[in-house]
Amino acid sequence: MISFLRSIAAEFAKIFTTRLWWILALVLFGYIGLLAGGLAVLFSGLQTGVISPDTVNTGGGELSGFGSLPPIIYSFASSIGYVFPVLIGALATTGEFRHQTLTPTFLATPRRGVVLGAKTVTLLLVGAAFGLIALAASVGIGGGIMSAFGVDALLLDPETWLLVARSVLAMALWAAIGVGLGVLVPSQVASIVIVLAFTQFVEPLLRLAASFLEVTAKIGNFLPGAASDALVGASIFNLMTPAGAAPLDWWQGGLVLLGYAIVATVIGYAVSWRKDVT
Amino acid sequence: MPTGALIEFTNISKRFGGVTAVNDLSFTVKPGRVTGFLGPNGAGKTTSLRILLGLVAASSGTATFGGVRYRDLPHPLQTVGAALEAATFHPGRSARDHLGVYAIAAGLPRTRVLEVLTQVGLAAHAAQRVGGYSLGMRQRLGLAYALLGDPGVLVLDEPINGLDPEGIRWIRGFLRDMAAEGRTVLVSSHLLSEVQQSVDDVVIIARGELIHLGPLSSLDTDAAAQTIVDSPNRDALAAALTTAGISFSIGRTGLLAATSDPALLGHLAFEAGVELSVLHRQKAGLEDSFLTLVGGGHSL
Repeated sequence: MISFLRSIAAEFAKIFTTRLWWILALVLFGYIGLLAGGLAVLFSGLQTGVISPDTVNTGGGELSGFGSLPPIIYSFASSIGYVFPVLIGALATTGEFRHQTLTPTFLATPRRGVVLGAKTVTLLLVGAAFGLIALAASVGIGGGIMSAFGVDALLLDPETWLLVARSVLAMALWAAIGVGLGVLVPSQVASIVIVLAFTQFVEPLLRLAASFLEVTAKIGNFLPGAASDALVGASIFNLMTPAGAAPLDWWQGGLVLLGYAIVATVIGYAVSWRKDVT
Repeated sequence: MPTGALIEFTNISKRFGGVTAVNDLSFTVKPGRVTGFLGPNGAGKTTSLRILLGLVAASSGTATFGGVRYRDLPHPLQTVGAALEAATFHPGRSARDHLGVYAIAAGLPRTRVLEVLTQVGLAAHAAQRVGGYSLGMRQRLGLAYALLGDPGVLVLDEPINGLDPEGIRWIRGFLRDMAAEGRTVLVSSHLLSEVQQSVDDVVIIARGELIHLGPLSSLDTDAAAQTIVDSPNRDALAAALTTAGISFSIGRTGLLAATSDPALLGHLAFEAGVELSVLHRQKAGLEDSFLTLVGGGHSL
């Protein structure tokens, strides 16, 4: 047990003694702040009539069809920002292979399962911290702009803060998925390509394609991004896809994400982590 | 003062696919002595050491420290210090942080980090990112990692590679000091001459198999002796040797005569009235014995 806690402390030290974490955190904050802020300006402007609907081609959609605006803006933190915890999780594992730091790591802690468990716990917490950073951007900047336009930012609504809590949980799980991906695909370049290609192109297209038929929509609900959005309870993606099958409950979405993390990590442990370090 | 443990390799074999890297290797390494683990490149030294440290799984056999496998040691870094190849660092991390991470993992006080960096002469570069380190500095940092837990056993893979002459002299003294304190020191090298001045015992392997085991002096054989002889009048000397039936070849510094007895050649020359300018026995050195053992040294 003591060796597990020491391992966790060592994994934290690894994250915070290189520059990657704050570079990713900074980009995450800027990216989500820009998106949430920009769309808050657009939608609040449309809703309050400051921006004329005629100046924006909304494709004939009714403004009322957006439903409540603030949850969608706030959920940018996870629906768009989830790629950041996946990246830091994947880099935390693949970096050990790439820089051959598995050698000193396993010399200091020969029980490899302990190290991988410690890394997962550490990245869950780092992912949660990334969630807080992303939410500071989406709620802080997005909510501030909505308030400035006179739109109710729902900051006193407990539902908003439940969404925030579920978003933090989702971001934590995404970082654990990153750790799993990193042991599954130890090549750093391959891992990064998979993260970017899957999150930015493959999954959004699959979700869109799956949503056209009810039976595929049910399967589509189990895609990691869809499960994450179900866990959070709101997403810009839900607006962009035709009404298909009802999404999973929030807790089901959470369990699906947890499942992806566990399966990837366990298989990765067998295919790379416990192999010879040469 | 930490005490050294006995290192035991017992019937260690390792196959990678169809290739046998290490074959039925058994030997022990005693505390209080420096043991050189020698063999040409590709002989299986690094694989053997990685098996000893639990980084590579043996196909069969066991390797232990005082009877305990590495992964079963309750305090691994405090028991065994290992320095393997030089590039096991994140280039963006400083030396201090690099060692700090493993000090935390092993439950060692953070003060050890600066102590070992001072010990290997890197204290002035402690805050510098390792990416900017020279090969010699990386070797020293690897050594600092090995010393972190003040272990009774040191396992060093080619620690002299990349060191400057001053560093080489330093590490020779360092190895002697460690053994004098009662620690077990196992140090690998592909060149006997690199470690000849430091080691007490040698374990020599080639093609994954044990070739020779014993104190350094056991390499001091005298089997293949020749005598170098030369004269201002080399043709007359050669004629005298031919007449006496002693075969020879022409070397850089004279004639290499196939006899271990300089007095015999001196007498022949005197009889023939040939003036000698060179006459001495060429003794086979340790390095020659080593090269003969590992198969002519063609792979060196």
